[in-house]
Amino acid sequence: MSQESLGLFDGHEESETTQTAEAPIKASEKAPVDEGELAAGEADDAEPIEAGDKPKAKPKRRSNARAMAKGQRAISISEFFTKNRHLLGFDNPSKALLTAVREAVDNALDAAEEAGILPHITVEISQVKGKSDRYRMLVRDLGPGIIKRQIGRIFGKLLYGSKFHRLKQSRGQQGIGISAAGMYAQITTGRDIEVISKTGKRRPANRVEMRIDTKRNEPKYKLEEEIEWEYDHGTEIVMVMSAVYKGGKHGVAEFLRQTALSNPHAHIEFQPPRGERVIYERNVHDLPLEPVEIQPHPHGVELGILMRMMHDTKRRNLTDFLREEFCRVSSRVAEEMIAAAAKNIPDRSRSQLIRRNPKMMQRHEAEALYRVMQDTKLMAPPTNCLSPIGPDAMITGLFSLFDPGEHDEDEFFVTSETRSPAVYRGNPFQVEVGIVHGKGLQGDTQAEVFRFANRVPLQYQFGACAVTKAVTSLNWRQYHLQQPRGGLPIGPMVVAVHIASGWVPYTSESKEAIAHYPEILAELRLALQVCARRLAKHIKRKRRAADELKKRAYITNYVGPIADALDEILGLPDGETKAIEGHLEAIITETRGGEVKA
Amino acid sequence: MSKSKKDITKMTPEEADKATIDAINKVAKEIYKDIKKERAPELVSPQRSLKNVLPFRKRIGFLELGDKKKTRTLSVNTVKTFAQSLKMMGLSKELVQTNDFATKRDAYYQSKNWGTAAFKDQPESDTVMDDMEALMSRYGLGREHLRYVPDEHGGSVAGALKVHDRDLETGEPEIIDCTRFGSGAYSIPSWVEHLTFETDAEFVLCVETAGMFQRLQSHKFWRKKNCILVSLGGVPSRACRRFVRRLSEQADIPVYAFVDCDPYGIANIYRSLKVGSGNAAHVNHLFCVPKARFLGVTPEDIKKYKLPTHPLKDIDVKRANDALNNDPFFQAHPRWQAAINGLLNMGVRAEQQALARWGLNYVMEEYLPEKLDNPKRFLP
Repeated sequence: MSQESLGLFDGHEESETTQTAEAPIKASEKAPVDEGELAAGEADDAEPIEAGDKPKAKPKRRSNARAMAKGQRAISISEFFTKNRHLLGFDNPSKALLTAVREAVDNALDAAEEAGILPHITVEISQVKGKSDRYRMLVRDLGPGIIKRQIGRIFGKLLYGSKFHRLKQSRGQQGIGISAAGMYAQITTGRDIEVISKTGKRRPANRVEMRIDTKRNEPKYKLEEEIEWEYDHGTEIVMVMSAVYKGGKHGVAEFLRQTALSNPHAHIEFQPPRGERVIYERNVHDLPLEPVEIQPHPHGVELGILMRMMHDTKRRNLTDFLREEFCRVSSRVAEEMIAAAAKNIPDRSRSQLIRRNPKMMQRHEAEALYRVMQDTKLMAPPTNCLSPIGPDAMITGLFSLFDPGEHDEDEFFVTSETRSPAVYRGNPFQVEVGIVHGKGLQGDTQAEVFRFANRVPLQYQFGACAVTKAVTSLNWRQYHLQQPRGGLPIGPMVVAVHIASGWVPYTSESKEAIAHYPEILAELRLALQVCARRLAKHIKRKRRAADELKKRAYITNYVGPIADALDEILGLPDGETKAIEGHLEAIITETRGGEVKA
Repeated sequence: MSKSKKDITKMTPEEADKATIDAINKVAKEIYKDIKKERAPELVSPQRSLKNVLPFRKRIGFLELGDKKKTRTLSVNTVKTFAQSLKMMGLSKELVQTNDFATKRDAYYQSKNWGTAAFKDQPESDTVMDDMEALMSRYGLGREHLRYVPDEHGGSVAGALKVHDRDLETGEPEIIDCTRFGSGAYSIPSWVEHLTFETDAEFVLCVETAGMFQRLQSHKFWRKKNCILVSLGGVPSRACRRFVRRLSEQADIPVYAFVDCDPYGIANIYRSLKVGSGNAAHVNHLFCVPKARFLGVTPEDIKKYKLPTHPLKDIDVKRANDALNNDPFFQAHPRWQAAINGLLNMGVRAEQQALARWGLNYVMEEYLPEKLDNPKRFLP
């Protein structure tokens, strides 16, 4: 499906199908899909997706348009998912479990923070009795809860949510995640999803068992009841799915460990299928700054989005539209942009264009305006839509990776750097880096790199990620670390990298790797360099201390023979050799310029 | 050397031993004093490099070192070699006192008793020994005075000479008559400081190759010309040079060098024999043979005797140019410069055995007698 056909003014005549409520998702992150609009059922066009029945140009006619039209129909998003679940991170059973936990935890953290509650999250994974490939996932948060009528929509309808439309840093983005997890569970086991939610102490807890009508993308309740629930407020979701529980880098346990690192203000508990319950205590008792929602920046929109915004706006003229719907556009700037655009629109004068109703804008007019918007110099977007972890919290988080008893300053080094916000394609973003180095970490192997996007650990597609590129492209040797050519540095260390942005540019919908924007790479490198420089200093100091010790031992090795030789030659009085050894040590130590004393 | 009151080369063996022990004590005492004052002791030695070699002075007779000094202060980096140098000095003193000697290899194995200061391989002990020799050269001493003798073969001697040696065990004198070795020869020991000589020979003839030496010895050339034959065996060893030096001084007779006519024979063999080398310039005063003169084969001889030749190789040309441009000895002698330039212009070299072209014994019957008639014409 081409980019253009997503535009709203040029597709009517070719769209014979009667649309219900869905637009197809595209694999590319650029697809400007707005499920709010879809939910309202007013999508006026969307082309059928290229399913197997799409005709191809062939010399011999086998059918005709009318006959073919019968086979052409909209594909519900849910159906689309069932066929393309890999796009959302459900490619295989072990990854599916991780994705489901990840979506649930992300949502829980986002909801709690938005409500101003310190997150408290419990994850329990258990194997279904007698079925080695089936697991039950429970995720419970003590967040704000969900009101009864929204439960179904949130958990039972793809592309439903509050986060997609806004430019504000949040963990989830598309509103696909948790319902996709539910759908995966339903497809693989046929079991219903259970949700309990309670919004306040004196409110009843609602418990529902539901499934998703995959054709209509609608939730279907099997059971609704009010129950007693021991918690004041929060949400609990239970799914049973076909899955494999795995440890290691790609596992659920690692996800939660890293989540605890990037969210030191959260209390996280994890009960794995086997073994002890893991508890990550809350280390920071303040909520992160709440990110503010911002309007899009003119440099950050695509033509299609601009056209849709013009179509949807309530503003009556173009000037107001630009001024009100975008950030960093004043009346003066808006008029300048319109004036510049008018020069490239032969049939519109400047004054006509200024007063023009955005809804009436023709395609070529929109395009002229779009070009001008891209070329106009503007202030960078406001950055209060970002909420970085912060250097102190980052350090706290990194420390929590280790046994607190082992924190010996000489053996252990932590540093972090939070860069000032920067902008790529009109989107503000901010990079943070933390490095831990020292005892307790595995030494002679490659450094571990933790990647976070909006505080969410990224565990797959390591090689494809901009973070990996930035880390490997740095010359770590100049920071006293070993590094194979083009590889990760070697040493007992963890490099944690966080990118916060209202719109994190993932390389795919499954949100596994960050795209290589030059602006992002540059910021990553700068932050890494700052931390690496501090680390280098630490390593050098440590090495020097070790060298001193070695030298001291070395000196004492030879002090004896010198005294002996002098005795052999000169025949020293008794006890004199001992005295000489003492003098010698003092002399040699002094020639070290006092460094030995450290 | 400047510090010694009497030239050590003129001392009797007993005096030299005493000077050696005094020097060792002096160095050790200075170090001891510094240590007592908690001041970093220093070992000062002359800088051993061509850069520190002075222009050649005929009055001095050897390539001498300038005043540039190398100071090694006791520090972490030098503590090991410092300890080893001192241990070597201690061993040296013991060797002098027991009238014994040690080769480099012996010293290396001795060091195994030194605990942590033991040498880990022979290159290490060689370096320390070179350093110590440089250090002691301030007192005019060579390694041999410290009783560290080289392992190398010393060279051979035949002819009108009686060598007075002594039994190391009993101290009994031993007299070696160098006329009585048949077709063999007396082998120069690696340690020659204690030898004295009895001879009425008129000169010493130093021969580069063993082959030529064998011919001259077998045909008793020394009897014909009343001389002493020495086989240098290429660049002469320290013992060989020292032997010839002592012999020439004691007997007060000239030394003639008979070597190949090529840059190696001239600039390496003859130059080393006469004035010493750049690398070991700190001991040149011991090993030079100022009385040496260059008999042949000269570049002129090539023409005069129509000798068969070989073209000069690149390395020969390089050596010759080095001699002309960098060697203080040749720079001080215009005759040598002319000779070397002549050789370069001819672009050829000739071996001493090339004389065999005119008959195997031509060298004894014609060439050498002709040459020896006019020693004044020998190259300096």
